[in-house]
Amino acid sequence: MKRYLLQRLIQSVFVLLGLTLIVFIILHLTGDPTHLLLPMEATKEEIASFRHQMGFDRPLYIQYLNFLKGVVRGDFGQSLRHAQPALYLVLERLPATVELTVAALVIALVIAIPVGMMSAVRPNTGTDHVGMVIALLGQSMPIYWSGLMLILLMTVKLNLLPAYGRSGVLSLIMPAMSLGFYSMARLARVTRSSMINVLGKEYIRTAKAKGLTDYRVIVRHAFKNASLPIITLVGMELGTLLGGAVITETIFAWPGVGRLAIQAIYNRDFPVVQAAVFTLGVIFVSINLVVDILYTYLDPRVRYH
Amino acid sequence: MAVSTTRKLIYSLVGNKRGLMGCVVMLCVVVAALSAAWISPHDPLKQDLSLRLKPPGWQEEGGEVYWLGTDHLGRDIASRIIYGSRVSLAISVSAVFIAAFLGITIGLVTGYYRGWVDSIFMRLADVQLAFPFILLIIAVVAVLGANMRNIIVVLGITGWVVYARIVRSEVLSLREREFITAAKALGVSHFKILFTHLLPNVAASCIVIATLEMARMILMESALSFLGLGIQPPTPSWGGMLADGRAYLFVSWWFATFPGVALMITILGVNMMGDWLHDFLLI
Repeated sequence: MKRYLLQRLIQSVFVLLGLTLIVFIILHLTGDPTHLLLPMEATKEEIASFRHQMGFDRPLYIQYLNFLKGVVRGDFGQSLRHAQPALYLVLERLPATVELTVAALVIALVIAIPVGMMSAVRPNTGTDHVGMVIALLGQSMPIYWSGLMLILLMTVKLNLLPAYGRSGVLSLIMPAMSLGFYSMARLARVTRSSMINVLGKEYIRTAKAKGLTDYRVIVRHAFKNASLPIITLVGMELGTLLGGAVITETIFAWPGVGRLAIQAIYNRDFPVVQAAVFTLGVIFVSINLVVDILYTYLDPRVRYH
Repeated sequence: MAVSTTRKLIYSLVGNKRGLMGCVVMLCVVVAALSAAWISPHDPLKQDLSLRLKPPGWQEEGGEVYWLGTDHLGRDIASRIIYGSRVSLAISVSAVFIAAFLGITIGLVTGYYRGWVDSIFMRLADVQLAFPFILLIIAVVAVLGANMRNIIVVLGITGWVVYARIVRSEVLSLREREFITAAKALGVSHFKILFTHLLPNVAASCIVIATLEMARMILMESALSFLGLGIQPPTPSWGGMLADGRAYLFVSWWFATFPGVALMITILGVNMMGDWLHDFLLI
């Protein structure tokens, strides 16, 4: 058990190292990043002094090591747009993104689990088909479009919810719904197949034979055992949601990390892009680590392997 | 053999309504993309500001009908959607091919040889999966420049992980089977074992993944276009049309609605086809 945890921790460190490498490479994809960072009208002297100041005239591996040193200290450099450290800008907007992601996940779970369970309890019936069509629709609907359609319905036609910005619970509803819908579909499908699998097991027959109520059999006996694949997927979905938040935030002008990253890309503010990509990556890696550890507690079979 | 396989395919399709629907949808999209020049009611690039933001079904005095309305430059939305299918299909199909080629090769090699090659690629896969994928792609396209070639290459190169993981896990068990041992004992070269003995055995899974990945690639491409980092105007693309339509959401609902419907129906079609292929090939 301890060995497994240690192994997973070391693995995560390597993944993070890889992450820094990718983040570093992004900026160096086109060779010398000076022209990406400086405005077009910069003079030759400015370019030369900037290049020297940033260390772009040194060998790549030294640049990478310096970059790594900075990352360890949480220093991604100054934002080129705002006179503030890049990481500070990102961390400042992180709560908004976390809020949106968690709300989306909650919405997804609240819909997906009952739908998946109902489909599994009555497979191949009308209920099942309706549930799975909803899931299929959710999986096929691009979040930027479902977001626009929500605005069209809730703001333009019904005038119920604000279309833009972050101001209270009301403004959270639409972004969270449009972001959560996609994950909802996958979660519902996995809940369904996992439940169908468990419901066929012998201990379920025993539970039914004991005369337990349907509710008890389904929720206490079946769902508890069926929840393992769902938890794994929740971990993965959080990553997908974080990625999706980039687009959702852009549509709803939600002041999170994703929107900041997109704006930074438009403004060619690469320190901020690097800090944002790295921060989201770190969160993602940590979530996966936590899910894996959680898993060993929930499923004793994993512990003894 | 060939006849019976075709027949099985048809029987299976007839028995699976969703699969049949998916295939029909895909067929329509492909036909629309190929024959866009003939079936489009109007020129997708022709601007006419006197016709801007006309509602669906609007009829010009000359008798010309704009079934899905017009956009902010007076262009026919229906024609632009038909032409837009070209971009979606061209990019997603090419990217899927590149990704499948890379992923399958890596999966075969790592599963067969294992050792350090395997460790390196699987850690690389971990790193890549540890990423908010879309952000990575957005950043790379932004640095390299937004054009069709770059988008295909970036989507293709970053898409290998799914294939590699599944092919590798299948090869890991296949390589212990008798027919591989027999082939080795007969002195068949590694190359031949990889591509004539192992590849056919993983083909079914790969076809299924490729179909589902195509849906993801279409979504990615349109997301990039939506953010202004995809196919550049005036070439019509569904994501780009959505982005334009977003600005006019409060005055003309049809502008952003119909490109999204096209996108959703296509992805729904691909997904339904993929589900059916999964049932047909793997169960």
